[in-house]
Amino acid sequence: MNTDASALQLVLAVDPTLVAIVLLSLMVSLSAVLIAAVIGIPLGALIALTRFPGRGMAIVALNALMGLPPVVVGLAVFLLLSRSGPLGSLGMLFTPQAMIVAQAILVTPIVAALARQTIEDLWEEYRDEFAAMNVGPVQRIGTLIWDGRFSLVTALLAGFGRSAAEVGAIIIVGGNIDGFTRTMTTAIALETSKGNLPLAVGLGIVLIAIIIAINALAWWARRTGERYAG
Amino acid sequence: MTENMRPPPSDLPIAFENVTVTEGSVTILDRLSLTISPGEPTFVIGPNGSGKTTFLRAAMGLVAPTEGRVTWGGRDGVSPHKLAFVFQRPVMLRRSAESNVRFTLSAAGVPRIEHDGRVAELFKLVGLDGLQKRSARRLSGGEQQRLAIARALARDPSVIFLDEPTASLDPAATKAIEDIVRTITARGVKAVLSTHDLGQARRLANDIIFLHRGRIIETGATSEFFESPRSPEARSFIEGDLLV
Amino acid sequence: MIIRRILIATALCLSLFSPQRSIAQDKSIVVASTTSTQDSGLFEYLLPIFTKKTGITVKVIAQGTGQALDTGRRGDADVVFVHAKSAEEQFLSEGQSLKRYPVMYNDFVLIGPKSDPAKIGGTSDIAAALKSIMAKGAPFISRGDRSGTHIAELMLWKQAGIDIEKEKNAWYKSIGQGMGAALNTAQASSAYVLSDRGTWLNFKNKNDLQIGVQGDKRMFNQYGVMLVNPDKHPNVKKDLGQQFIDWLVSVEGQKVIGDYKINGEPLFYPNANDSGA
Ligand SMILES: Nc1ncnc2c1ncn2[C@@H]1O[C@H](COP(=O)(O)OP(=O)(O)OP(=O)(O)O)[C@@H](O)[C@H]1O
Ligand SMILES: [Mg+2]
Repeated sequence: MNTDASALQLVLAVDPTLVAIVLLSLMVSLSAVLIAAVIGIPLGALIALTRFPGRGMAIVALNALMGLPPVVVGLAVFLLLSRSGPLGSLGMLFTPQAMIVAQAILVTPIVAALARQTIEDLWEEYRDEFAAMNVGPVQRIGTLIWDGRFSLVTALLAGFGRSAAEVGAIIIVGGNIDGFTRTMTTAIALETSKGNLPLAVGLGIVLIAIIIAINALAWWARRTGERYAG
Repeated sequence: MTENMRPPPSDLPIAFENVTVTEGSVTILDRLSLTISPGEPTFVIGPNGSGKTTFLRAAMGLVAPTEGRVTWGGRDGVSPHKLAFVFQRPVMLRRSAESNVRFTLSAAGVPRIEHDGRVAELFKLVGLDGLQKRSARRLSGGEQQRLAIARALARDPSVIFLDEPTASLDPAATKAIEDIVRTITARGVKAVLSTHDLGQARRLANDIIFLHRGRIIETGATSEFFESPRSPEARSFIEGDLLV
Repeated sequence: MIIRRILIATALCLSLFSPQRSIAQDKSIVVASTTSTQDSGLFEYLLPIFTKKTGITVKVIAQGTGQALDTGRRGDADVVFVHAKSAEEQFLSEGQSLKRYPVMYNDFVLIGPKSDPAKIGGTSDIAAALKSIMAKGAPFISRGDRSGTHIAELMLWKQAGIDIEKEKNAWYKSIGQGMGAALNTAQASSAYVLSDRGTWLNFKNKNDLQIGVQGDKRMFNQYGVMLVNPDKHPNVKKDLGQQFIDWLVSVEGQKVIGDYKINGEPLFYPNANDSGA
């Protein structure tokens, strides 16, 4: 990376290294959110729609897991994926995949907890109609997820915000390798440590702009969608 | 509703045998025994909080009796596709009016190729033709009520429960719904309604169930009930001064 | 419909895992090295030259020397490239590596604020400077992260006759972070700090920091490179790793290291031929 460029130049000029870092950041965060959605939404739905002993505890635990400390997750994934760890033979440590795994662990509880709340509220509302229409369990879950989709997107955005802003876990499991596992946040950490504060600030501005852009996109999609589906 | 004559509905008669429903320490229905038979509409009337909604839910199988039992055509379980319910405050799914009906059709296992025809027919029947593509939650209260009826009829029920279906409707909309009830009765569907509108009960009901504080005070043919009520509660309710 | 979506999403995720992995294992090695080597900018200069010549991608994890050696001990790196001879010899004696190659050296410099509260200006005697810092209670930032620089710093206190574990007080702040973070902290709190010269020269946030002491022979900083023992960790890419080491100590690699300069000043002095280093 051209360390002599000023923050503004870096933001305006399309630096290929910066583009690669941005793309990797997006790839890692969005993959983590995708995995979190695939696991978290059905999990949230399951907890919302079933009654079992210890359910209250499960909900409290899920809500608490939203605040998992990233470094602890990073460390746990690190120990798991290390060559000397139980999954060492996968050779996944210090790869983007390892970062995705760590972030998926951080984001899944957020998505699951928010999805549970959304789906449970909707379920309260729909429950009588479903019973009267004799809707089967699969169609039931599908309908609740589909009708709750706008709120669920907000849950996914919350997860995306967490993963895009996160540095503690991915710097441990990714190793911040130049051109391979260096993301926006780890690059900011590195440039700060090099005393290259203008570049760090520039990267920070880019990161915030991207997060805002994605949220704006989601907001626009939601508004458009609601106009037609309400 | 393409076939006019159906085989005798097997969910009827619906029989209550000493049915009690309690919620916590509150007794909502108190030892009800009665039979709902095929034919013209049956009306459940009574003041607010007398237990009409709970009674209909029990008859639908949505509420299990705390004591006693309900049977449908002599059987304990509800035959799943033959009963339908229009709630006092129907909840529309977050999608178009038409999709709400399609949803019920697929839940009832109606093959997809039949959906278009059924949707068109049902919208015409309830007088919502032209509103198919509108968002269901943005329809007016009366339109939503009619959509709820269309949705219930999509199940091709042998019995339909309507809980105060005209409570918040203007006279024209009320008449439209009464006409729907007559039409489906003519097609062999048994309608069970609750209402506060005594005129409506007079116009449509074959027989009346009068509830008060969770108890059956009177049951009987409509003309008998209105002309010679036996209980003081029924008499003052008809005269308009029975309070809860 | 929703189920189909979920299936597609899952398939996408899985596809993301496999092909990338095979690329990653394609002619690349992981080198555990030190923050000072990375922060000095040497790798950004040197690695593209090596990759162009051999087609081998080098992935550098920048850690403290102690942590980098631990990464090698767990088998998570193929090569370790660090600067703390005693710790490296310990690594060898554990059988974690079979051979240590000296590569280059640079020197440590004692950095301090221009106001120079400990009055060390001009001296080239590091022991005297440290004694003066302690006597004046002038703020001092220690890496405190078992890095090569940290180990060197502890050695310098010892050589100055100071038992820093006993003497340290509010003026001595151990931050447990990398070289750059330590320099940032020193800058922000007008403190003294020991740095390797390379990181210092490449450091952009100097402001009112300057070199206080340099040129003392005791501040010599030797770098060594070792291949992680493939007998202990079968996943180690010994051929590619050895190729990297051989290049570093080759005439060509040594010239590249010597050619790396900031503002005309060399940061590292190649000395692979000095077998005693
Ligand atoms: N789940 C419940 N828990 C506690 N009390 C209930 C419950 N459901 C109904 N009740 C009470 O039981 C009584 C009968 O309720 P229900 O809804 O059946 O009356 P209703 O005749 O339909 O009244 P309305 O004319 O106002 O619709 C009311 O006093 C109500 O508060
Ligand atoms: Mg009611």
